[in-house]
Amino acid sequence: MPYIPHDAEETAAMLAAVGVNSLDALFDEIPSSLQVHDMVLPEGLSEMALRRELEGRALANAPLVCFAGGGAYAHHIPAIVWEIAARGEFYSAYTPYQPEASQGTLQVLYEYQSFITRLTGLEVSNASLYDGASGLAEACLMALRIQGSEKSILVPENLLPSWRSVLDTVLGMQNIRLQAVPYDPNSGTLQIPGDASDAAALIVPQINAFGLLESVDKLTDWAHAQGLLTIAVVNPLALAMLKAPGDWGGKGADMAVGEGQPMGIPLTGGGPYFGFLACRKTHVRQLPGRLVAKTVDAQGRTGYCLTLQAREQHIRRGKATSNICTNQGLMVTAATIHMATLGSHGLQETASCCHTRSRQLRELLAALPGVSFPYAGAFFHEWVLRLPMSATAVRDALLGHGLLAGIPLREWEMGEPGDLLVCTTELLEEADLLTYRDALKSVLEAQ
Amino acid sequence: MNPAVTETVNDSIFAHDHHLPGQKLPTDIPEDLLRKTPLNLPNASELDVLRHYTRLSQKNFSIDTQFYPLGSCTMKYNPRIAHALASLPGFARLHPDTPAPAMQGLLQVLWELQEWLAAATGMAAVSLTPAAGAQGELAGVAMIRAYHLARGDTGRNKMLIPTAAHGTNPASAQMAGFEVIEIPNLPDGDLDMAALDAHLGPDVAGIMLTNPSTLGVFERRIAEIARHVHAAGGLLYYDGANLNAILGRVQPGQMGFDVMHLNLHKTFATPHGGGGPGAGAVAVQERLRPFLPLPTVLQEPHGALRWMSIEDLPQSIGQLSAHGGNIGVLLRAHAYLRRLGRSGVGRVSAYAALNANYLLKELQRLGYQAAFPERRASHEFILSVSDLHKATGVRALDVAKRLLDFGIHAPTIYFPQLVPECLLIEPTETESKATLDRFVAVMAQIRQEALEQPELLREAPHHLPVGRLDEALAARKLDVSAAPE
Repeated sequence: MPYIPHDAEETAAMLAAVGVNSLDALFDEIPSSLQVHDMVLPEGLSEMALRRELEGRALANAPLVCFAGGGAYAHHIPAIVWEIAARGEFYSAYTPYQPEASQGTLQVLYEYQSFITRLTGLEVSNASLYDGASGLAEACLMALRIQGSEKSILVPENLLPSWRSVLDTVLGMQNIRLQAVPYDPNSGTLQIPGDASDAAALIVPQINAFGLLESVDKLTDWAHAQGLLTIAVVNPLALAMLKAPGDWGGKGADMAVGEGQPMGIPLTGGGPYFGFLACRKTHVRQLPGRLVAKTVDAQGRTGYCLTLQAREQHIRRGKATSNICTNQGLMVTAATIHMATLGSHGLQETASCCHTRSRQLRELLAALPGVSFPYAGAFFHEWVLRLPMSATAVRDALLGHGLLAGIPLREWEMGEPGDLLVCTTELLEEADLLTYRDALKSVLEAQ
Repeated sequence: MNPAVTETVNDSIFAHDHHLPGQKLPTDIPEDLLRKTPLNLPNASELDVLRHYTRLSQKNFSIDTQFYPLGSCTMKYNPRIAHALASLPGFARLHPDTPAPAMQGLLQVLWELQEWLAAATGMAAVSLTPAAGAQGELAGVAMIRAYHLARGDTGRNKMLIPTAAHGTNPASAQMAGFEVIEIPNLPDGDLDMAALDAHLGPDVAGIMLTNPSTLGVFERRIAEIARHVHAAGGLLYYDGANLNAILGRVQPGQMGFDVMHLNLHKTFATPHGGGGPGAGAVAVQERLRPFLPLPTVLQEPHGALRWMSIEDLPQSIGQLSAHGGNIGVLLRAHAYLRRLGRSGVGRVSAYAALNANYLLKELQRLGYQAAFPERRASHEFILSVSDLHKATGVRALDVAKRLLDFGIHAPTIYFPQLVPECLLIEPTETESKATLDRFVAVMAQIRQEALEQPELLREAPHHLPVGRLDEALAARKLDVSAAPE
């Protein structure tokens, strides 16, 4: 019996100790009309047969060189990251409710919180949320609690559309209005919003959905002048190079939220990733999710424990700051090891390499006839390429060359039919860039 | 674990803190967008990093190293094959925006999992996207809300929840815009039907129930509850936290539930990871199918698979995360379910119940008091040590902390709150009789110690890297991040 250790003799002895004569008798309080004895499931497989079947499924996903980003990025993950994160002591532990028996997980979370505060330039980070998009929804709810009477959030139209969808789902349940902030169609970057009436916060995506960098100082200062909070949406790797949200404008952004996946998390078709959320210390009591603090035991030894749990659902129930319980602990463990392994040197080198590759590819493609770049502004590692034909058709044709060429913006209902969002990371070598150029050239010439 | 070793080592990663000297930065990003404050992260050698985190891992209790009878959390063995398969490059390197024809292998796995979970729960349709139980609850109650609104039934703004429910239930209902009404339980553990009937009416959207309940006993009048709630126009939500108790034997669909979530990180053996990632798939009856959260996987008539979009499901409550959910967790759950198959699934609840009832009987024999002595245990049970508390001052907390000294993780304590000085114990089906017998022997010794030297328990744990921590100090001085050295 897979994973059930009892033999017939033990089962009989245990049934006798309970005082029943069959396993079925253990369910004698359940009306028999509710009990079923078969269901439409396939028969089980041996581990060997299971491996063969799933290896086949894995191979059915074509291996592609990845030039797609849009909120999920292909990066190198040092071997030690998952070698350690997958150790049973991390992998098969639970939420550290018993701190004395969970100092490993707790200290990792404290280090993680520290690393996130240093990347974002803010004072407090929680111990993770589900992903970047749901983390942004939590940040919006937090801003509304801090501000009290306001009932809307200013949401840029160049925020990743999947993130906007999550805001619609989560904030819509509480009838919170999302006011659109338009972008300048020529530059692809945000215009200063005209109106802030009844808004609690302005979301500022640094990097926006087109891969462009926004004038974060100006936007932050404007928001603060209107009495709004600023919620920075950031890529943690890019923060090795870009201004920390805590330094935006005169006073700094009030919250920073983002998708943690670039920090050591495999793509795996879209998850599990993790969302990070950092804020000012003054707002800590409105923070959702777990938070770890350093303290001491009776002998003065340093230790770590969950803190301010009165914010959370298991204490405050219906009045909690969020319903979140299980978060993305193991992903955060991996991310912490990843950040510690790369260090500030490694993260800055990686960021710089992503950026350089991106500039190189753009230069290579600029020489192709018929292609253009609709937005001229500064970027980190992602930009929009405008093709003289359907970007979806080009993307599909390049699959045959072993390339995932990017994301057609029309799939997001943005941009022109020829717009393809192209991302490069340190994983790509110069030869890959040349392959991309040549393959794209041949697809365009075949037109 | 060897405290003598771990205590002598400086375990601060921050000892490697290092400000970067001004690095030459690319010129085409405007100066005012570039990092101003130097990035200060440790720059340690790879070997130092490896040692640091290996040592930290050794300060954890885990299923792989200790018996972990944490009630309500279903800490069963997490098969390693599931991790190996989910980590295959063909899955791990797959970008979420890969077009469907290039990810048929993954979509096939997810589609099968949807079908199997529907079959196992007796429901019509499944969406795998919720990232955890609480997000599944939120999706579930949002579907209930959407269902009533789509019928023009706009006055249903109340959600009924038993007093003993998990804290996430009221928190999720509140997040979905409902007012929460608590329904008490009777002394025998069943729901108070009179209180339920008194609250049912045209303003009630539904009820959220766990069955077996958080009291560790089966809600015997579930069919009657379902009739009453449905007759009043409400829907029934099933919290799948305790599904391990009935897996393969009782289907929530057959009990009359309209919508539910499954905690795949409990019942389907995916790892808890020190607090996630979980997966909280939702399953619904036919009439709620149009409201499922997106994306889900659709099989076209010719067999090809693709993600469903809002065009396919225009009444969907929407998207809960940026992509398709915690897919790596779903891959693990699929592997577990495929390994067990039909007969293996049926054995899960049988042996989970056997282990729980055996442990309960053995502990009662030692003098421990069951909270519901007249009732059959489900996959877990509650002890109350109120008697010890009165006699010796020893509390449930002290028993829990003393267990740690014996290399056993503590059960859940002080939940559900209505049973004083309680321990909620869930052994799971993957533990052997020998492990259970050792637990019984340790509990016998602890009971003896409580009577003879209660201070030994009140000061426990004695043999861990730290003793009881000053949690009040932690909240007061609030050191939640290390200042750069």
